[in-house]
Amino acid sequence: MTRRLLFGNEAFCEGAIAAGVRFYAGYPITPATEIAETMSRRMPEVGGTYVQMEDELGAAAALMGASSAGVKSATASAGPGMALIQNEIGQAIAAECPMVIINVQRAGPGIGNATRSGQMEFMQTRYGTNGEAPAVALAPSTVEEAFWLTAKAVNLSEMLRTVVVVLGDGLLGLQRAVVDLPDSYDTVEKVERPRPTVGPDAWRGNYTANEIHEIPAMADFGSPYKSIVSTVGLFKRGGGDSTVEGLDVNDQEFTIRRLHEKILSRRAEITLTEQMMTDDAEVVYVAYGTQALSAIAAMHEARAAGIRAGVLRLITVWPFPSDIVRAACANARAVVVPEMNLGQAQLMVGHALANTDTRVAGVNHVDSTFITPAEILARTKEMLQ
Amino acid sequence: MTAVANVGGAARPRKQIDTPMDEMVAAYASVPDRSFRYCPGCGLGMAQSAILRAFDRLKLDISKVATAGGSGCYAPMGHYFKSSHIHGSHGRACAYATGLKLARPELTVLTLQGDGDSLSIGGNHFIHAARRNIDITVICFNNFGFGDTGGQFGPTTPRGSVTETSNAGMPEAAFDACKLAIGAGASYVARSTVAHPAHLTKMIADAIEWKGFAFVEVLQNCHVFWGRRNGMPQAMDMLKFYKENAVRSSDTPEDAWFDIPVYAENEKNVKFVLGVLHKEARAEFCDEYAKLRAAAMAKSGEARP
Repeated sequence: MTRRLLFGNEAFCEGAIAAGVRFYAGYPITPATEIAETMSRRMPEVGGTYVQMEDELGAAAALMGASSAGVKSATASAGPGMALIQNEIGQAIAAECPMVIINVQRAGPGIGNATRSGQMEFMQTRYGTNGEAPAVALAPSTVEEAFWLTAKAVNLSEMLRTVVVVLGDGLLGLQRAVVDLPDSYDTVEKVERPRPTVGPDAWRGNYTANEIHEIPAMADFGSPYKSIVSTVGLFKRGGGDSTVEGLDVNDQEFTIRRLHEKILSRRAEITLTEQMMTDDAEVVYVAYGTQALSAIAAMHEARAAGIRAGVLRLITVWPFPSDIVRAACANARAVVVPEMNLGQAQLMVGHALANTDTRVAGVNHVDSTFITPAEILARTKEMLQ
Repeated sequence: MTAVANVGGAARPRKQIDTPMDEMVAAYASVPDRSFRYCPGCGLGMAQSAILRAFDRLKLDISKVATAGGSGCYAPMGHYFKSSHIHGSHGRACAYATGLKLARPELTVLTLQGDGDSLSIGGNHFIHAARRNIDITVICFNNFGFGDTGGQFGPTTPRGSVTETSNAGMPEAAFDACKLAIGAGASYVARSTVAHPAHLTKMIADAIEWKGFAFVEVLQNCHVFWGRRNGMPQAMDMLKFYKENAVRSSDTPEDAWFDIPVYAENEKNVKFVLGVLHKEARAEFCDEYAKLRAAAMAKSGEARP
């Protein structure tokens, strides 16, 4: 291991590079700008490409171009930039074009408060794009985890042929921490998308799938295969050249469900969570991202005060691990969800615990300050009364 | 192919002998199961044919050709070639092409776009790709409006035109797509029409060969929507309109042998000026980036740690 002092925003970059990202298209936006700055320096060093696009939409679209050529690609943005990117996220999910989007969340709607942090795009990550698209998102809590989860995001995007969002926030992106990185990135796992195993003549296109959970092979542009990266093509499940002909509503049904099922059927592989002292917990803190650190501190304080508290830290936040939430909180009287929004993950936790006797409450900040362990503890005592 | 420099001359060169169409189709086209998805008489068929012939003239390896497009009447076209194709969201083709070309500079990259696609929703990507002078060819099928949605006005609709969203006449001024491209920094800019297929083929072939950002505006008939409401309801009405109103500059020897009259000074702004309107070699983005990358790699001695 090599010990280094890294910015959170640098850790995202190094994780992406370690997993093989060699194309980064960016557009400066606070608090994600250092990712573009770092990548502009690092990409050419590792033989990759940095391009600064005219806007975030263009950046996300450029990723689709590079990824179609078989090059692992990433971009980062925040706030209103993420609103623009939703257009291309949906496009890439439907076209099953792997890419990674790092969202260093700022606070507030519209241009919001650029220099301040939030967790306000939790639901946008899932439901932000049009047309019933699935989401995969990982939420790191620390700078070191930002490295590993960005690498993981790249691998998941390739494995699943979809867009994976790394859901960070300004408090993570703009903090410095001492982290241990691998001595060589050669040792970091690198997953490749499924590529054609038949010759060009037998090849039936990027969307040829017979099973509902299937991830079809994808041909690189410039290879001997005719590769169509398209949403129109995917509604014709048989693939082939004339993909805009004869749209079939049954194929549409199959394909939209398949986009979800290819992810949901692999939940066991892609769901990462961490549980601390949940076995005997009377109160469980379900937390993610930077605010999970407060939850962990609150757990220790509660235990010291004789309250049996536990933490369920969500690392894979989408698809939402409802089963794990239900299992971890089954014996608890109360669940507290601390988050820097007005209760977005709390909605999902409440949904997971529907028809149980467990009560769910939030501790919510929208002023961009860290939620303190004391606040979580106070809410705990209220709920256990 | 050989262009005969014969500026202003009356004599035309010998007829260009193309590869037989069936051989060309076998090499470059991906014929759909059913009919082509253009309206009867649509000029997109001629434009598609010109692109096919341009591929053939340049003897391109089709597996090294990639196209990008978005939404519009032209959208199926990318599926009709054997080349790989990104059929993405409306207007982003230049951004897709930028990512693709940077990732794989050895590919020949074209965008297939409409006038609304490239100049309205995708205007920002278009001008910035031109500014970077990245080595892609942008082919803009200009049918004077939005045809795919049923004939609304767009950024190239002539002022006064009656369309579905300008029943009393289009009140806005239109873009001159070529002037926009030149202003944004495109290093090759040409205009032709679907009524001049030989000329169009040459403009497209030259654009693909050009190192840098090349732009070809293809004036195309949309008699179904624009023509019908503006006095030209048949395909031939619009093709005649282009034939009768096309002029060319005498400055460029490349297009001198086509049967297009040289414009008189007073015609320049009232007729369609065809031909190569701008050509200026300058540093290409992928080349420049490759130099930067080589220097950075040499300095860093590969990836750290």
